[in-house]
Amino acid sequence: MTGFATPLANYLLLAALLFAIGLAGALTRRNAIMVLIGIELMLNAANLNLIAFWRYGPHPEALTGMMFAIFSIAVAAAEAAVGLGLVIAIYRHTNTTDLDKMNRMKG
Amino acid sequence: MQEMISFAPSSTSSMVAQYLWLIPALPVAASGLIALLKQPKRRTAAWLAIGSLSLSLLLSLVAFGHVLAGWTGGMVVRETVNFAWIHFGYTAVDLGWVLDSLAAVMLVMVSFVGLLIFIYSVGYMAHDENFTRFFCFMSLFAGAMLGVVISNSMLLLFMCWELVGLTSYLLIGFWYQKPSAAAAAKKAFITTRFGDIFFLLGIVWLFSQTGTLLLYNHGAGSLEGMALGNLVAQHAALGLSAAGAIGLLIFAGAAGKSGQLPLHVWLPDAMEGPTPVSALIHAATMVAAGVFLIARVYPLMQIGAQPGGTTAALTVVTWIGAATAVFAALIAVGQNDIKRILAYSTVSQLGYMMAGLGLGGVAVGMFHLITHAFFKALLFLGAGSVIHGCHEEQDVRRMGGLKADMPLTFVTYAIGMLALCGFPLIFSGFWSKDGILEAAKHWSVAKGPFYLLVFGALLTAFYMTRQVCYVFFGHWRGHHPAHESPKVMTVPLAILAFFAIVLGAIGTPAWPWFHAFLEGRAVTFSWHGFAEPGLLALMLTSSLVVFLGLVLGWWIYGDKSPKPEAQDALEHAAPWLWAGLRDRLYIDEFYGVTVLAFYAWWGRVADWLDRRVWGGIVAAVAWIFGLWAQLVRLLDIHWVDGGFDKSCEELSTGGGILASVQTGRVQNYLRILAVAVVVLAAILLWGSRP
Amino acid sequence: MNPVFYILAVLTLAGGLAAILLRSLVHSVLAVTAAFAGLALVFLQLDAQFAGFAQILIYIGAVAILIVFAVLLTRSSELPKSGVFSNTWIVGLVIAAGVFAVLGWAVLESMSAVPQQAAVPAVTVHDIGNALMGRYVLPLEIVALLLTAATIGAVIVAMHEKEGPK
Repeated sequence: MTGFATPLANYLLLAALLFAIGLAGALTRRNAIMVLIGIELMLNAANLNLIAFWRYGPHPEALTGMMFAIFSIAVAAAEAAVGLGLVIAIYRHTNTTDLDKMNRMKG
Repeated sequence: MQEMISFAPSSTSSMVAQYLWLIPALPVAASGLIALLKQPKRRTAAWLAIGSLSLSLLLSLVAFGHVLAGWTGGMVVRETVNFAWIHFGYTAVDLGWVLDSLAAVMLVMVSFVGLLIFIYSVGYMAHDENFTRFFCFMSLFAGAMLGVVISNSMLLLFMCWELVGLTSYLLIGFWYQKPSAAAAAKKAFITTRFGDIFFLLGIVWLFSQTGTLLLYNHGAGSLEGMALGNLVAQHAALGLSAAGAIGLLIFAGAAGKSGQLPLHVWLPDAMEGPTPVSALIHAATMVAAGVFLIARVYPLMQIGAQPGGTTAALTVVTWIGAATAVFAALIAVGQNDIKRILAYSTVSQLGYMMAGLGLGGVAVGMFHLITHAFFKALLFLGAGSVIHGCHEEQDVRRMGGLKADMPLTFVTYAIGMLALCGFPLIFSGFWSKDGILEAAKHWSVAKGPFYLLVFGALLTAFYMTRQVCYVFFGHWRGHHPAHESPKVMTVPLAILAFFAIVLGAIGTPAWPWFHAFLEGRAVTFSWHGFAEPGLLALMLTSSLVVFLGLVLGWWIYGDKSPKPEAQDALEHAAPWLWAGLRDRLYIDEFYGVTVLAFYAWWGRVADWLDRRVWGGIVAAVAWIFGLWAQLVRLLDIHWVDGGFDKSCEELSTGGGILASVQTGRVQNYLRILAVAVVVLAAILLWGSRP
Repeated sequence: MNPVFYILAVLTLAGGLAAILLRSLVHSVLAVTAAFAGLALVFLQLDAQFAGFAQILIYIGAVAILIVFAVLLTRSSELPKSGVFSNTWIVGLVIAAGVFAVLGWAVLESMSAVPQQAAVPAVTVHDIGNALMGRYVLPLEIVALLLTAATIGAVIVAMHEKEGPK
């Protein structure tokens, strides 16, 4: 049950693909919540990168990669909370979550 | 005429010469001060004028004394003070003044006679409301005339000359509300100006040939040796040398000022001015300025003469002088205005003076000028007294019998009249006129002037007798009874009468002090002066002529006082001759037809040119400019403004385009972020490839 | 060639794809939850047990629920009339593809520098606990502050506005 057989590149490619998928979602969907979901996917892909490198890299410090990933998860959660709170507040004002319609900041 | 400069010349300037400029400056300053007086302050004005001229007289006497002292000490005094006024390039315009015997006698005469006339004017102009203006102008005139006398620079002389002409204009037209006075002033100014054109040409020619404006400048002046030599060597035209031609041009200016034959027309009309003006300006001083000018530039006119002979310039001067003398005397016979008779008499005497200069030299002409100044001023002031006493009446046919009503005036007037006629021996006029006649008799060129001058003497005696008979003898023909004038007017008359007698003594052949003083030679009193051949015969002849004239006049006019409307006795005898004489021999009419008509025509031509041609050109240029302005305006609107507006629009549009990036939509921002990161990463990775 | 990895990879990718492609938002949430789960299992496969369980607890247990609540509160469960994809969805797709291309190229380019084998790090929860209280105590406290701020902020932002200005 070791990950030796799969080279690091596979994990990195998986992370890259997942990142791209999350980015695609954030860039193409109309709904604001969908954008947030995409962002969560991107964050997760980054976490995967971190863990993979932690696993495959040298270990002068045994814990650094893991701690990084854990903190990342915590911050992501906080950010998701605030972001969704914002979406709800905006929904209350404009009665829509369609991003195409939210252009009052346009120059 | 002998050249006898036997004395040693002295030309260093003394204290007197350094301060000579004060003599004309004081009256001019007084004139300026009077002009600045706020309300008409008669006493102040009169005191300023009389005071300044008295000071000038004092200084003139000092200067005269200085020259006299030099002369008695055996020196020919000619002191100059010169300075450069304006510098341009290598040359400079020089001004300066000179003190010599000629200037000294003129200074004393002008200031003395002027002072007497000023005092007289206080009485004469007492009722005039423009009293202060009168004294302002008179003072200015006095200053200018004194300036002419001491001038050593032709430019300064010309400036003072013109100033004299200006003040003459102002004073002739003093009562400018009278159209005749205004017209007379204009006529005087324009006629003298005409002469002055030639004068200026002469000055310019002289300056260009000699390179200096100064007359005497320690040998470098234009009247001194080197310059004169150059001038006489050059030929101008008609056989004249440059010196002669310049001399004639200057004479043209003098002829205008001194009323010689073609340019005499202004003098009789100038009688429109107040009588003191006529006395000072048109008898004693200003008209004498022309004679003085010729005397001043005499070396120029005389150079090139053979000993015993004369130059062409002086010949012209003589003939014009003699002709003027007779011409004016003829017209004087037919005049009825007391001042006009005296005016024509002045013209005639000026002719004598010019003839004297041409025939006998500076001293002969100047002696007659000095004596004439005194007795002519006396006659004019006497006429003024008569006019004043007859309540401003000026027609002699309305006067008469005044010898009883105005005895003092009569006595002084008679003295002046006899001096003018040249009554033998006692009166100064006899000696001065005889000097001219003697010179005419000995003239080498022709005898014509002599006969003309003798005939003129006859006429002079005749018309003066006629005038005196009309005014003082017979019975009163006016409206209101006449009265004698106040002391302030009669005292100057008495003083002038005294000099009219006494001045003769300095010019007799027995003791020709005046001539010696002017020519810079010694003189002694000697009865042998009368022993010159032909002199006694000449004196006898001229005396006979004078007596003949007096007797003729008395016989025709005598104590009879014909009614003012009646014909004059001569008119009765020869009406056509009388009409010609009374109408001034039609000279004015001749000028009217020729000169004035030409000017009127020329004025019309110039007006047409100005309005049509020059005005047309100006309008065309203006139209072109207007067109140009329109074009520029169009260019400005369409190109400049348009271009500017367009570029601003483009900027705005560009800004709009750039601003469209800010869509306000989050997803767009995200996309741009992602693109930026991709590009950056690509660059980094590409750069770090092994 | 570990087949476990590929199965897990497929699961994760399928979940992600489904999340962004499904029209109904609730379905998307469920799909992304599946992706989270797949990723947790991948973590476990990589011997990062704490991270894997933390992933399950936090992402699936909190974030996903949160998203569901948000969906419900914004009535996003109804299908919008104008479609779920933006008008310019191709641009987004292209950009994402570009990003993947760059990342993939970077990975493939540097394959030679990747270490092939490493010893399993001996990490126990005990060690993590010690580290959190020892070396990483400052980041811990900061994250705690951050979480507090986030919580308060989210509450305030999403709260019903009181009537009248305050």
